[in-house]
Amino acid sequence: MKARTSLLLGSLSAALVAFALTSPRVVAADKVDPVADAKTFQNFFFQKFADVKHEDFVNGPYSMNADMKRQWQEKEEFPPYEFALDAGKEMFATPFKNGKTYADCFPNGGIGIRQNYPYFDTGEGKVVTLELALNRCREANGEAPYSYVKDEMASLTAYMAFTSRGKPMDIKIPDDPRALEAFENGKRYFYTRRGQLNFSCASCHVQSPGERIRAEILAPALGILNAMPIYRSEWSGMGTISRRFVTCNSQTRAVPLEPQSDEYRDVEYFLSYVANGLPISGPGARP
Amino acid sequence: MASSIRVRATANGDITEVQTLIQHPMDTGLVKDSKGELIPAHFIQRLKFECNGKDVFVADWGTAVSKDPYVKFSFKGAKKGDELKISWTDNKGASDTTTAKIS
Repeated sequence: MKARTSLLLGSLSAALVAFALTSPRVVAADKVDPVADAKTFQNFFFQKFADVKHEDFVNGPYSMNADMKRQWQEKEEFPPYEFALDAGKEMFATPFKNGKTYADCFPNGGIGIRQNYPYFDTGEGKVVTLELALNRCREANGEAPYSYVKDEMASLTAYMAFTSRGKPMDIKIPDDPRALEAFENGKRYFYTRRGQLNFSCASCHVQSPGERIRAEILAPALGILNAMPIYRSEWSGMGTISRRFVTCNSQTRAVPLEPQSDEYRDVEYFLSYVANGLPISGPGARP
Repeated sequence: MASSIRVRATANGDITEVQTLIQHPMDTGLVKDSKGELIPAHFIQRLKFECNGKDVFVADWGTAVSKDPYVKFSFKGAKKGDELKISWTDNKGASDTTTAKIS
């Protein structure tokens, strides 16, 4: 016991010495630097998967596995999200009871703007996601909000993503301490372990993309939101970003948060920002 | 409301390849809803593809087929421009039908 303690102390002091000897280039960890974060994040994936084309990361597990990719390309000729996409197009064009439409709530009539979401609303001091903006639009026009996790919300976001396909993700972080705080918060949420399995989001999607988790192949965190919403064969239906967060939490046996809670909005902000420059590929299909 | 049937048929020489996606809940009757009530069975019983007045593919289905079924098959004896007629009927008596030109 005693020997062990001294050993531990010995290695600890060695570690401290080693730490003290590291170069002074280490940036203080209390400074929020999204630009550097995004660069580091992207480079990590680009180096880890050197033979994956950069714009291919948005295809999730299909960029990691040749066999799955082949199946997916065949599926894309006749994609399973088509029904949702058509429904979304129809819903988007249908006026509310007051005669207004979704197009009135969004810049450019809501077409080709998905790559700008989520954005930081300086008035509210919070992150506003596309799903949130859609429901706010409905409520402002006297309609009941939709469920955040599937069906109508997935159809609407599918259509909006479709009109933005191929456009690079373009998330801005305004020079506002609250925006930096939101980004940092999202990053913290992403890397914090939680739940009975003690997993963080990063445990799967940074450490192990391309690895199998039972029969599935894990998607890389880079560009993971570019393909949203997705048709998952596992769900035999569509799911939104909110749904993805909720199920990720419950699958690691953590307690999911309410869709569009501050943490989820922040983590969406973080994940979208670090994927800046990668094309929107939604709506997607996943096993 | 658009048709519940999506179809794409392409002729390649003598062989026509048909891909179909059908929007249908395909409820088994064994699943409970959020209130704990059983969702009654609701499934496609017969799916039929006709070409030039002949049945080329007939399926008698039960509850074991997934929601929004996808069917892919090939058959001989049609050419580009022929018309393919697809129809289904389910256990509640609902049905849908559509036609597609072979390209």
